[in-house]
Amino acid sequence: MEFLVVQFLTGLASAASLFLVASGLSIIFGVTRIVNFAHGAFYMLGAYLAYTLTERLEGAFGFWGGLVLAGLAVAALGALLEIVLLRRIYRAPELFQLLATFGVTLMVQDLVVVIWGPEDLVGRRAPGLRGAVEVFGQMVPSYDLFLIALGPVVLGLLWLVFKRTRWGVLVRAATQDRDMVAALGVNQKWLFTSVFALGVFLAGLGGALQIPRDAVSHAMDLRVIVEVFVVVVIGGLGSVFGAFVAAIVVSELNAFGILVMPKISLVLVFLVMAAVLVVRPWGLFGKPEGPARQAPGVSIRPWRPFSPGERIAVAAGVALAALLPLVAGDYALTVGSEIIIFALFAASLHFLMTVGGLASFGHAAYFGLGAYGAAFAAKAAGLPMEAALLAGPLLGLAGAALFGWFCVRLSGVYFAMLTLAFAQITWSVAFQWVEVTGGDNGILGVWPSPWAAGPRGFYWLALAVSAAGIAALRVLVFSPFGYGLRATRDSVLRAEAIGIDRGRVQWTAFVIAGTFAGVAGALFAFLKGSVFPENLAIPTSVDGLVMVLLGGIETVSGAVVGALVYKALAIWLMSQTELSKLVLGAVIVVLVVAFPKGIVGSVEELRARRNRSEPNGAAFGAAKMEAAE
Amino acid sequence: MTRLLEVQGLAKSYGGVHAVRGVSFGLAAGEILALIGPNGAGKSTCFNMLNGQIRPDTGTIRLEGRDTTGMRPRAVWRLGVGRTFQITATFASMTVRENVQVALLSHAHQLSVFHRFAGRSHAGEAEALLDLVGMRADAERPCGELAYGDLKRLELAIALANRPKLLLMDEPTAGMAPKERVELMRLTAAIAREQRIGVLFTEHDMDVVFEHADRVMVLNRGQLIAEGSPEAVRRDAQVRAIYLGEGLVYDARHREGRAA
Repeated sequence: MEFLVVQFLTGLASAASLFLVASGLSIIFGVTRIVNFAHGAFYMLGAYLAYTLTERLEGAFGFWGGLVLAGLAVAALGALLEIVLLRRIYRAPELFQLLATFGVTLMVQDLVVVIWGPEDLVGRRAPGLRGAVEVFGQMVPSYDLFLIALGPVVLGLLWLVFKRTRWGVLVRAATQDRDMVAALGVNQKWLFTSVFALGVFLAGLGGALQIPRDAVSHAMDLRVIVEVFVVVVIGGLGSVFGAFVAAIVVSELNAFGILVMPKISLVLVFLVMAAVLVVRPWGLFGKPEGPARQAPGVSIRPWRPFSPGERIAVAAGVALAALLPLVAGDYALTVGSEIIIFALFAASLHFLMTVGGLASFGHAAYFGLGAYGAAFAAKAAGLPMEAALLAGPLLGLAGAALFGWFCVRLSGVYFAMLTLAFAQITWSVAFQWVEVTGGDNGILGVWPSPWAAGPRGFYWLALAVSAAGIAALRVLVFSPFGYGLRATRDSVLRAEAIGIDRGRVQWTAFVIAGTFAGVAGALFAFLKGSVFPENLAIPTSVDGLVMVLLGGIETVSGAVVGALVYKALAIWLMSQTELSKLVLGAVIVVLVVAFPKGIVGSVEELRARRNRSEPNGAAFGAAKMEAAE
Repeated sequence: MTRLLEVQGLAKSYGGVHAVRGVSFGLAAGEILALIGPNGAGKSTCFNMLNGQIRPDTGTIRLEGRDTTGMRPRAVWRLGVGRTFQITATFASMTVRENVQVALLSHAHQLSVFHRFAGRSHAGEAEALLDLVGMRADAERPCGELAYGDLKRLELAIALANRPKLLLMDEPTAGMAPKERVELMRLTAAIAREQRIGVLFTEHDMDVVFEHADRVMVLNRGQLIAEGSPEAVRRDAQVRAIYLGEGLVYDARHREGRAA
């Protein structure tokens, strides 16, 4: 009993910091409608800065002042980011905003290592709160008690700011109706900047407050952002009180989950989140979002199947690729196989994201599940490669069917956050459940059948499977099902009004995309001969997103082209620089801001412009309007 | 005889606001019924309950005697109810023809087909529908570049794709040029009379209402206050009061003006 009370208090203490970060995210979203993926990065920066400042500054004031200064410094960085980057993309689709802020996250990860080094840092303890207090005969760190008190205090302060200050009233007004506030003559630019700075300050402070409890590491950003996403999904985006309640719920679940299911404690959080979503899809204290501003992938240029000429060109391209083993060496073929496998992965994400309008930030989960499925089939069940390649994707299918059922109840940013959270849960299961998955050591010795064991044989296998998969997805795009799916993306209202069951159609698309991702994953397992948790980690998901974006999100063929270019670039980059995340993050940001149509999109734009120089003035006008937006 | 549509005691409130209360009416096949009323009278709420977008608090809706209260929009559509929206809802990424084809595919229960090129299915039927609304020449144009009036006509074509018995048109001519309005409603009326489709529409343009409606209902603050032939409604004192005001303020000011 006493032990449980102490465990409960530990949970409450963890909730404080989580609440700070989550409320910051919620406040920013309420006003700017941006889900700030970089929030975890600011949390991490807050911790690192607090570490440096508390080491440099002397005494009690030095410590507490250092924490606050760290928060303020991070807030200044946040304001800078808002002015330089976010102001350019407020009107862009949600996906672009998520991606841009994720690009920033990647850059910060490398920068932090450059500045503070790769080792975990252990910070000072809080002066005056070094000891412990006896509660029911158990020792509770007094710093924990301080944190427990801090949570409600911050909640109260935020409440005061929002209810009693002019600025707070404006923020609440903007949360309800941004356009109206702008029409009243309020300078939106600075309102947004100040809100962003406040939200980021909370994140930075949340990170700074963690240093007496936890080591500072360069992996803490993704860990916290996933927890924060879970918190806001449960509590409801835009609700500070919801963030408070949900932060406590999630922290307590973590604290007690370790006792109940030490190996897979996150499953408990998942179950609660799932239950909340079934009952209240917009979170406990959230409000239903209006219709999504603009689903990704909507193009004003209707899609067409390949013309006979284009078909010949594509067939020739595949034939050329099949001839590669005659000239290329082993290393080139292995790289080639990997690129081809990722083309299939990107195509599967494209189906969900561009055709279905559902931007998944956790698509790697199904890639990884396919890989683990194949590894289980080959190692545990002792199946030959051919059978394992068929069995593996079934795990991806099962995962997509389960998670997708929950995800398609939501749309827009909620969908993105939920897919990410599910992917992270899958990752942590793969990571923690050592008996089955081998944990961090992965599963080794997943070897192909003899005929495909050489780089050449495997290359042909990968090419055949991927080409068939991509072709199948393309047929799906232009099938009646594909049209129905696009219909739900273009207008849910109209789709439901002509008898289309949105949920069922999108769920089916989710399962299809997950299965094809699983096929790619199974191939990947045999290519590498091993499976690791990182196969289903967030970076793999984001790789997929960038491939689709780079190729052109509004196009049918973009994903494949994007995958070929991106994967080749990434492999080359890895061999050239230590700071691949920094470069990659910068590439993402530049893509989003300056090159949102992608490679294929830009090519199509050029072609259309050339055709239009003939007659057809109406079409030209529309395209100009589109370009102006 | 059961009429095409029978609505009994429909009510919906939001918080303390009674958006619609105690609305009852009927509609026969081939009849064109206008629902008018000032802004905020509850017309759109009424519409959204009829096609299932909003669940009524109380009341029943019967379509050919069958209770459809609380059914989802897609289920109501399957029973033969087509609908157009106040702000058009179409599929912007498709061509005009494809917009109609999706509706036809859905009507034929073919949207779970995973192979076959959908761009070729029901093409003839789609073009016939576009012909009906005068948009055949635009069949290959991207829907995203259409002018608003054309979108309204396209919506009508989509709404006709399931061979509806009942058409619900929420402000079918809002945002259109005067000439287009008259044309669109003439077209709708002609189609409805010919195919014996019951039409319920809301409208602010009284020319449109009085030219085509067989009957007119007037909604004010959620309640039906008048119903009858266009002539009768036009003469109704209460209706005039709603649309033109009671004259209290205006007349009083004029009298004062004269006295001064």
